[in-house]
Amino acid sequence: MAQLQFDNSAVLAEKIAADAGVTLSDCYQCGKCSAGCPMSASMDIQPRQAVRLLQLGMADELIRSRMIWLCASCHMCVDRCPNDVDLPALIENARYQAQRIKLCAVPEVGKFNDIFMENVKNFGKSQEVILEGAYNLLSGNLLQDMGSVPHMLRHGIIGPEIRAVREREHVRRMLTEAEREDEGC
Amino acid sequence: MLRYAYYPGCSMDTTGVTYRISIEYLAKKIGLELMEIPDWNCCGASSAHAKGKWQALALPARNLAIAEKRLPGLDICVPCAACYARLLAATVAIRESAETRSRIEEITGVTVKANANILTLMDVLGTEEGMAACAAAATRKLTGLKVACYYGCLTSRPQAITGIENIESPELMEKIVSLSGVECVDWDFKTECCGGSHQVDAPTAARPLVERIFRNAKSNGAQAIVTACPMCHLNLDMREEEINRKMGTAYDIPVYQFTQLLAVAMGASAKEVGLQKHFYPAFKRLDRTLRKAGTLQ
Repeated sequence: MAQLQFDNSAVLAEKIAADAGVTLSDCYQCGKCSAGCPMSASMDIQPRQAVRLLQLGMADELIRSRMIWLCASCHMCVDRCPNDVDLPALIENARYQAQRIKLCAVPEVGKFNDIFMENVKNFGKSQEVILEGAYNLLSGNLLQDMGSVPHMLRHGIIGPEIRAVREREHVRRMLTEAEREDEGC
Repeated sequence: MLRYAYYPGCSMDTTGVTYRISIEYLAKKIGLELMEIPDWNCCGASSAHAKGKWQALALPARNLAIAEKRLPGLDICVPCAACYARLLAATVAIRESAETRSRIEEITGVTVKANANILTLMDVLGTEEGMAACAAAATRKLTGLKVACYYGCLTSRPQAITGIENIESPELMEKIVSLSGVECVDWDFKTECCGGSHQVDAPTAARPLVERIFRNAKSNGAQAIVTACPMCHLNLDMREEEINRKMGTAYDIPVYQFTQLLAVAMGASAKEVGLQKHFYPAFKRLDRTLRKAGTLQ
């Protein structure tokens, strides 16, 4: 695996912690976060280890990991943490730093989020039919969940209608502005 | 008076339709006025905050601003757990920091004070007035049905934002849904995660999350699971048969929105709460319960 310069990685770790409002030394590695994490079985780096990497200034390993994308943002870890270490905020900021260098170790998750936000930008509301269809196309999982479609059509759960915000231009404008702000973070 | 600004969220028109129609049914029955926020937009769900902090704040902020202007003085009722979490997170951020607030106002181009309280539908129905109104309307009892109340993540966590005292074992849904006459079992997975959108974008990793929720409900004697979120409901209801098929399990647990049980207890027909729209058959369990309890008219 290509490594970032150690210095950069240490600086990045500090930035991630500062943006998340976390004092890394608050974590004494008890592991309650890993024990309670519902996604931990599929993670390459355990939640406890994620904090450890940042403590050691090894942010590059964290932002290249699958774990930051597999986190479901359920917040079990922080609510069980004896020291209130906001691990979801660390993970979120690690994602932001990964995206800055166009990294996403679980591309399906990145694609899903991109399509979701593109929909919101275009229509102001999420369009489940377009989201699922576009996701299947772009991820190559063409038949995923298609077995449920006839039931949904039959019972009017989904249909061809687009449900859009009237002031969709406003939503688009403010999201464009927010994206610009996020890039500067 | 039971009068609130109402933020339904995008799912209510599609996969959350049974939640929506059962909410509308019971609101009518108990005189709950839900005033929809005009021209509301998506809350950003889990995707906006994965992409950027300001995107995640801007989307809910527009809704808060419209509610303040058009429905002043009303607290905001948000039945979807994910929408609730996003509107609440934005509210807390705006209230806590004047700097955050002015940056949000720059981005959105609207003024936002975030002085309305953000409430789940459980918060609304759990008030003294809400409970009394539900109790008076719930005349048909679902006696004998054992249910596991499933809250998922976002109505209780993160605690720093929700302020819920008991994030491991909340009791509010039990308190409300008991008015329908059901018996709520004690179980361990009340606030475990259903996987959210990872059931679509990371299905192999996320499917076991749903399986273990069914397993724990079943082993604690539940005959049905009750939810308070369109996403939790879809993830459980749509995946149950697939899990049985692929994992060799034999779960036979219909999944209801808590509002469906209340509405049925208030006299709603199967169609009026959309029981036929469920993936896992949901009619028989309630029909049998009502017949046995002698309360089917």
